[in-house]
Amino acid sequence: MSDNDMIGWFSDLRITDRPTVGGKGASLGELTHAGIDVPPGFAVTTHAFERFLEALEARDPIRPKVEALDPTDLDGTTALSKLLRARVEEEPLPADLEAAILEAHGALAKGNPALTVAVRSSATTEDAEDASFAGLQDTFLWVLSAADTIHRVRECWGSLYSVESMSYRRKHKLPEQGVAMAVVVQTMVDARTAGVMFTRSPTTGDKSVMTIEGAWGLGSAVVSGEVTPDRWVIGKITGDITVRDISDKHIRQVAAPGGGIMDEELPADLRTTSCLSDEELQALRTVGRRIEKHYGRAQDIEWAIDKSGKLLLLQSRPETVWSAKAQAPVAPVTADPLKHVMTIFGGRK
Amino acid sequence: MAESVKQFPLPSSLKVAPGTEAAQEAYPYYTQFSPEDDERFWFYNSMHFPEPMHAFDMVTAEAAYCALGSFNTRVHCLPTTKGIDHRIINGRVYIGGVAVTDPAEIAERVGHFQQRAFYYYEHWEELYAQWKVKMRALIDEALAFPKPYLPDLEPIETTHTGKGVAANHNLLDIYRKTLEGYFRMWQHHFEFLLLGYGAYLTFFDFCKKAFPEISDQAISRMVAGMEAEIFRPDEEVKRLARRAVELGVDGKFLDGVTAEDVMASLDQMGQPGKDWLAELETSRNPWFNVNVGDGFYHYHRSWNDDLSMPFAALPGYIAKVKAGENIERPMAKLIEERQQLIEDYRDLLDTDEDRATYDQLITLAHRVFPYVEGHKFYCEHWYTNLFFNKIREFGELLRENGFFPETADVFSLTHYELESAIIDLMLAWSSGSAPVGPRYWPAKVAERKAAIKVWADHVVPPALGVVPDVIDDPAIVMLWGITRESLDVWLSDDDGTSKELKGFAASSGVVEGIARVVKSVEEIGRLQQGDILVCQVTNPTWAPIFQKIAAAVSDIGGSMSHMAIVAREYGLPAVVGTGTATQRIKDGSRIRVDGGRGTVTILEDALVLEDA
Repeated sequence: MSDNDMIGWFSDLRITDRPTVGGKGASLGELTHAGIDVPPGFAVTTHAFERFLEALEARDPIRPKVEALDPTDLDGTTALSKLLRARVEEEPLPADLEAAILEAHGALAKGNPALTVAVRSSATTEDAEDASFAGLQDTFLWVLSAADTIHRVRECWGSLYSVESMSYRRKHKLPEQGVAMAVVVQTMVDARTAGVMFTRSPTTGDKSVMTIEGAWGLGSAVVSGEVTPDRWVIGKITGDITVRDISDKHIRQVAAPGGGIMDEELPADLRTTSCLSDEELQALRTVGRRIEKHYGRAQDIEWAIDKSGKLLLLQSRPETVWSAKAQAPVAPVTADPLKHVMTIFGGRK
Repeated sequence: MAESVKQFPLPSSLKVAPGTEAAQEAYPYYTQFSPEDDERFWFYNSMHFPEPMHAFDMVTAEAAYCALGSFNTRVHCLPTTKGIDHRIINGRVYIGGVAVTDPAEIAERVGHFQQRAFYYYEHWEELYAQWKVKMRALIDEALAFPKPYLPDLEPIETTHTGKGVAANHNLLDIYRKTLEGYFRMWQHHFEFLLLGYGAYLTFFDFCKKAFPEISDQAISRMVAGMEAEIFRPDEEVKRLARRAVELGVDGKFLDGVTAEDVMASLDQMGQPGKDWLAELETSRNPWFNVNVGDGFYHYHRSWNDDLSMPFAALPGYIAKVKAGENIERPMAKLIEERQQLIEDYRDLLDTDEDRATYDQLITLAHRVFPYVEGHKFYCEHWYTNLFFNKIREFGELLRENGFFPETADVFSLTHYELESAIIDLMLAWSSGSAPVGPRYWPAKVAERKAAIKVWADHVVPPALGVVPDVIDDPAIVMLWGITRESLDVWLSDDDGTSKELKGFAASSGVVEGIARVVKSVEEIGRLQQGDILVCQVTNPTWAPIFQKIAAAVSDIGGSMSHMAIVAREYGLPAVVGTGTATQRIKDGSRIRVDGGRGTVTILEDALVLEDA
């Protein structure tokens, strides 16, 4: 970690840094370290959040108010959420924290005034991998300036005090002490094509195939489900492409002039054109295999290909649905190999 | 919306094409559909018999099913299945399995099977070595049959040696031995086959359970052998290409020049040319005893009978040799790749128990596979060529004696009728009068040849009769790849106008190009560099032209077919078993072949010229 404990550069992070930089930040650090092409960036750590929260708590308590909430009292929760989010987004940052984020943003820009970033919340709890927690956190794309970046970091922090998030914690009686949020700030990829990749089949759990989904423009259109992506199934080991579903991709998401993203209609010929070439599919397979090998388990990956054709990895997290299932033996174990042929010759069981 | 129940027509509703009734009658009584057959399920064996059968060629079904059934029903005692019944209508062979359904009978057969089949698995190498000896002896026997011949007078030796048997008797002797040898060959053919496929399928089944989305071709790549005899003919052509360059005679091999002309010019050019021709002879025996089909039709001639296939391939191979390319199969690399594939899939398994089972099954599959791959060269190719050529010699003799106008007309007679024609000739030779055949056969032969033409264009339902709920017959699943799902596809509303054809994904990759629909080996000269080959039967003996083409598509074949294996080695996209590619794709059309998905898309239909 760098000289201050409030900023962690991807290149300095490992997966073990999760408690301070969250799952996303730690994973991007680990990938960077493993030599995978990841857009450069940094994490604003939980220490930074803690420092900010300390300052807020000093002015007026926050955590005790959340802990006092009755999870069934929706009106009370809504009112508190509004109040706390406003405070997190508006009250002054400790000066050293603000300086640290501005400095990191400047270092990322390396003098490029056109730098745009993605700001994403990066949760530290294991629950964050759980579907029940997913979607409660925020992602802001195409953030234009340092000031905007800081504002979006605050919004990510504020999402900890959304109605859903607080209700979830109260329902599960999670202590507020230790509830913290890291935020990832990452150079934005001006994606020609982007999407997701599962290194095992999401439909059958088959570890020998990968499923790749992609669409034109930013990957947000795929992740949010606004576009039916093209879909491929590719043999992890053989590279055989056994499924090619090229869909009608009616829009793509691109940068909006004032920051953020917008939908753009696509010309008819592009809509039904495959958004990836076979070479790109094979490149994705290769990098997917590398990441899976690195972690020793199946991954759920977000990727993008920029306008120059370069493949970049935006996120990788462990696949959780199939991995959690009990593994029954494929065939009953027997010392006599010949007994197995009865599955073919012995008739239906 | 109520789902309308779709059915295949009943056998009794199938009509013999008008005008071909007499030709239909020629097939033996036991191959004619009867009313009782309506109770059963039948499917058209388009895999082995994609074209209407000449009356004689029917013996290929008969001899094969005599043997297949014996081994399933009574030798190895497969628990849930017996043999295959077959019927012929409009020249097409329909087959039906005989399933064992009584649980008590299955249980009893399981006991027998484990005693018998397991013995084969346990002694596989030794029994297979013995099989090769048996098979070679059978081939040598066939090679020793004399050419059927009737002298005007017996040679003097017949009397001076007290031989006591005249030449006409030899005809019957040779014919019966030829026919007997052919039936015996099929017995040998099925001695191991189902057990071999079963062991392979056991591994296949394990892989499909462990890796539900694994492609068939990935599994077959793990099992396929590298050194099967059937690869050898192509390797011999490559050897001849290299020798042509070494001997400095390569200039004589030009695209579009016939084999005869090349050989004549080599013969005239002195020692190097003669040396190459001697090399050719070495390759021809036995390796050019491969026919250009699957061995079920008399007109699928062997390379030895028609050298156009190897000679069409030589100029391309020679060009590659001269360019310094290594055209031999990279055996070490292929074996290493196969091993790597096996290990990579093994690593994906979750538990040590699964890895142990996987090891057992791949070991067993590798043990049995040399037979599965190797037997075809001896049975369907070498022996079958000898057999059909011997019958052709009888055809020649009968033609000379006025029985019919062309030698190949002999194949319009059933094997029973051929024996009767031979006896007719024997009687005539012995009595000194004229045979009756020349007044009897020409009209029948003409009628039957006309029927074959009619039947070729006649609609063939893919199946007949009652659709079973499940296809639980391992023999049918193994040999024909027919499942309940494939029946549903047959029953679906495909009106034949769709631009996309589905088949087995045999070899990955996507290619667009011009389709060259090649219906027989005589047409291979039409293939241009970069064309997509569209053919009816996929056959390993077509391998030499793979150097020329960009992709391959066939009507018939599975992902384990040799052509699929060869296509993968050449890195050519291939889709096999499309059913109708040669009918649906017009020659010269622009098509896209996706060998990973198993689809062929017609992009642009060829223009049909009015007076082409």
